[in-house]
Amino acid sequence: MKILTLLSVFGPYLFTDSVNIENSAGQFFSSGHTNNWAVLVCTSRFWFNYRHVANTLSVYRSVKRLGIPDSHIVLMLADDMACNHRNPKPATVFSHKNMELNVYGDDVEVDYRGYEVTVENFLRVLTGRLPPSTPRSKRLLSDDRSNILIYLTGHGGNGFLKFQDSEEISNVELADAFEQMWQKRRYNELLFIIDTCQGASMYERFYSPNIMALASSQVGEDSLSHQPDLAIGVHLMDRYTFYLLEFLEDIHPSSKTNMNDLFKVCPRSLCVSTPGHRTDLFLRNPESVLITDFFGSVRKVEITTEVLNLTHPIQRVEGSPVNGESHREVYSYVDQLPVSEIIHQKPKQKDWHPPDGFILGLWTLILLVFFKTYGIKHLKHIF
Amino acid sequence: MYFLASLSERRRGQLAALSIAAVVIVVGVPLWWRTTETYRAWLPFSQIKDLSKLQLHLSADVEVVFARGTLTPEQQKKLPLTQTQDEEHAVDGDNVKVYIGQRRTAILRINAEMRAGKTVEQLLAVLKPQIKQVLQVMSFSHTDITAALSDRVRFNPGSKESMTHSMRAFTSSPGYEITFSLLNPDPRSHRLHWDIEGAVQTYIQPFLTKLSPLANFSIDSQMLHYAMLGVNPRYNNDRGAFILHADSLAHVINPVEARLGSNAASSNPVLNFLLYVPDAQHSPLYIQDHKKMDVPSNAFHSPRWGGIMVYNVKNLYGPEAEFPVNININMAEVMGVFLTQLRLLVGMESSPPPPGFLVAPCGSVGLADWELDRLMWSRSVENIATATTTITSLAQLLDQIGNIVINDNIAQQVSSAVTSVQLAVAELEAGNLGFALQYSKETILASEKAFFDPSLLHLLYFPDDQKFAIYIPLFLPMCVPILLSLLKMASEARRRYREKQAKKD
Repeated sequence: MKILTLLSVFGPYLFTDSVNIENSAGQFFSSGHTNNWAVLVCTSRFWFNYRHVANTLSVYRSVKRLGIPDSHIVLMLADDMACNHRNPKPATVFSHKNMELNVYGDDVEVDYRGYEVTVENFLRVLTGRLPPSTPRSKRLLSDDRSNILIYLTGHGGNGFLKFQDSEEISNVELADAFEQMWQKRRYNELLFIIDTCQGASMYERFYSPNIMALASSQVGEDSLSHQPDLAIGVHLMDRYTFYLLEFLEDIHPSSKTNMNDLFKVCPRSLCVSTPGHRTDLFLRNPESVLITDFFGSVRKVEITTEVLNLTHPIQRVEGSPVNGESHREVYSYVDQLPVSEIIHQKPKQKDWHPPDGFILGLWTLILLVFFKTYGIKHLKHIF
Repeated sequence: MYFLASLSERRRGQLAALSIAAVVIVVGVPLWWRTTETYRAWLPFSQIKDLSKLQLHLSADVEVVFARGTLTPEQQKKLPLTQTQDEEHAVDGDNVKVYIGQRRTAILRINAEMRAGKTVEQLLAVLKPQIKQVLQVMSFSHTDITAALSDRVRFNPGSKESMTHSMRAFTSSPGYEITFSLLNPDPRSHRLHWDIEGAVQTYIQPFLTKLSPLANFSIDSQMLHYAMLGVNPRYNNDRGAFILHADSLAHVINPVEARLGSNAASSNPVLNFLLYVPDAQHSPLYIQDHKKMDVPSNAFHSPRWGGIMVYNVKNLYGPEAEFPVNININMAEVMGVFLTQLRLLVGMESSPPPPGFLVAPCGSVGLADWELDRLMWSRSVENIATATTTITSLAQLLDQIGNIVINDNIAQQVSSAVTSVQLAVAELEAGNLGFALQYSKETILASEKAFFDPSLLHLLYFPDDQKFAIYIPLFLPMCVPILLSLLKMASEARRRYREKQAKKD
C-alpha cells in the first residue's frame, strides 16, 4: 500500500538537539565566516602620489602577514613607483622615512596594474561581471561566508573618488555595487576603509546590511600626508594609514583586539582630520568583532572523529601499457593569437548610425546662415 | 537685425524659419530619441514576480511492506496482494526499533500487542509517527530544508547543529576541484611513495561517480617538498611524542595555502586534502582535541576548504636506518580519512540518528543510496532558492536602472531560467527527484550566466545636472536662432493683427 506523504515546507523551525559539539561551538558563533578576502585599490598614478601606493602596499603587507594568501587578495595599483625614473632607489617603495621599511619587497603580486585600474574594472571585480577569459587571480571568488576587506586610497572629494586622474566613481555607484554583491550573497560581512580627502562622503550612501565603514576624514576636511622624505623627495605615507599600520603591527593572528580599538586609531591630535566610522548597517556589536575577522584569515577547524574503514585493496590501474607504442594523448596549446585569421580578416562592417545631435545642430546652423544670406531665390544659381 | 525688406522677401524668410523649425521638431526630435535610447529586450517580469513568492511542495513516495507473519490473517485479507519477496536481514540489538539499510530500505519493528485487534488503517495510523521519523532521517527534515534555504532565511538562528552544517558544506556549484597534496618537509630523511592514482581510482572515483548527478568533479594531485606546517608542536615527555593542540590547528592552514596551486582555468571551488608526513626531528606528531585526548584519526578538516591528515612514519624504521628511508604510504588508511572528510564537506549529515535507530555502514563506495537522496533533495531546494533569488534581484536591478542595455542573449537566459525553475518546482511536487535536480541545475546555470554577464555593468550613472551639461552645448546654439526667428514672426503677426484691428475701427 502506498502512502503518499505531502510535506509542505516553509518557515523557520527551531530544532532542539542534544548533539555534543561544544568543541567547535565557541569559534563558530563569534562570526559566521569561513574565509577572508581583501580588495586593495590605489586610485592614483604619477610620482607625486607616491604616498598612495605606499599606503596600499603597507596594508597589503599587513594583511599578508596576518594570514590572507595572495590568491585571496585582489591588489590594484598603478605600480609606477618602484621603477619610476625619479625613484632614487629603484625597485623599492618605502613607507617610513629614513628608508626603514621597503614595502615593495620580493613577493608583491599585483593583480591589476597600470591602466587596468579603472572604475569599470573595480566595479567588475566587486560585482563579479568579468569576461569569461579572466584568470582566477583577477577575480573575487567570494561566497556567502566570506568576510571582505576593501581599502581605497587616492584623491577624493565630496561624494566621489578620482581614478587615475581621468575618471571618477561616485558614492551612489559604490553603494549600488555593494547592494548587488549583497543580492548575490557575495559577502558575509564587509569592512570598508577609505583614506582620501572627505572620505566620509563615500560611505554615506551605503544601504546594504553587514557593512562597516571607516574613513580618514569627514566631509569638508582634507586628509593630510604624514612626512616627506628628503632623499626621495615626496611624501611617503598618509597620516591615517600610517597610524593604522602602527596599530596593525601589534596585531598577530591570534590576538583578540576588537573593532572599537580600530575606531580610536588616529585621533584628531595626530591626524589633523577627524576619522569617521559607520556601524549602523552592521548586525553584530563592533565590540564583538575581532580585527582578525577582516585583516587576518583564521580558519575554523573541526576534528575528524569518525573514519571510514576501507578494506578492499587497491586495483591496479591499467593505464600504462607494456608495449612501447602507447597511445599518447596529443596535447596542443590553445591558439592564443590566431594570426592567420587576423591577417585574412575583412574589415568589420560597422553599423550605420544616423548623425547625432552635434552634427545635426551644426548643419542646421549652416543651413540657417545660408538661407539668411542668400535666400531661396538664389538656389537655382547654385544647384 | 531688422532690415527693410519687401513683403515677399519677408514672407520667404518666415517660411524658411518655419520649415526649419518643422524639420527640427518633426524629424530631429524623434531621431535623437531613437538613437539615444538603450536597447532593452523583453523580460518576463510578471512571471519573475510570481517566482519570488517561492512555495515548495516536496513529496516523497513511501512504500510500506509487511513482513510475513506480522499481520493476523484478517488484517492480511484487507491488503491488496502484492509480491512477497524473501529477504534476509540480520539485525541484532534489542533496543533497535528501526534499522536503516544501505539502499533505500528501512526495517521497523512492531510489538505483538500493537497489532492485536486492529484494522489495517488503525495499524498504519499507529505506525505513522515512526514512518515519519524514518523519512526525516532518510529523505529530508524541516531543519535540512531550512538549512538549504539558508540564504533566504539567514537571520533566523536555527539550531547550532544546522548552522555549523550550513557553514561546513560547500555551496552548490556545477563543478568542484579536488586536490590531493603530499607534504614532505624532510626529503633528506624520508623518500615517500604513494600510489595516488590507484587509490583515487579505487576509493574516491566510485564515490564521485555516484555523486555525478550533483556536480562534476575533477581531481589532481601533487607532492610538495620542504613544506612546513606553520606551527611548532610541543614535545610531551610522558607521551614521548610531539603534540599539536586543537587551538593551534587554525593557524596551520594559512602558511601552507600559499604554496598550494590551483587550476587557474576554472572558477570552481577547490577542496584541498593534505597528507603531512612530519620530519624526522618532530616525529611522531599527534593531534589532541580540546579534552587533551588523542584524536584517533590524526586528522582535522576546515569548513569549505578541505582536510589535513598527519601520517607518522617513525615506527616504520629504526634509528640505524640509512637515510633517506623509502616509505610506502598505506593508502587505504589515508583514503579512509579523506573520504570521511570529503563526505562531510560535500554535505552529509554528521549528527547521530534519533534514539532507537541503527544505521547500516555505508559500504565500499562510501555513500548509501538514501544519503545520496538526502543530498539531492537539499541540493535541489538550494539550487531553486538561489536561482529564484538571482532572477528576482536581476529583474529588480534592471527595472530600477533604466540605462542598462539588455541584450537578447540575456533575455533568453532569463526566460530559460524562469522556465526551468517552474519545471523543477513541478517535479519536486511530483516527487521525481532526478528530474528536479536536473532542472534545478539548468536553472542555476542559466540564472548565473544572466546575472554575471559582463555587459550588464551599470556605468551610466548620470546625475541630472550632468545630463544638462552635456546637452546644452549641443542643442542650444541650434535652437536659439530658430526660437528667435519664431518669436520674431509671432510678434510681427501680432503687430499686423493689431494694425488690422486699428484699421477696421
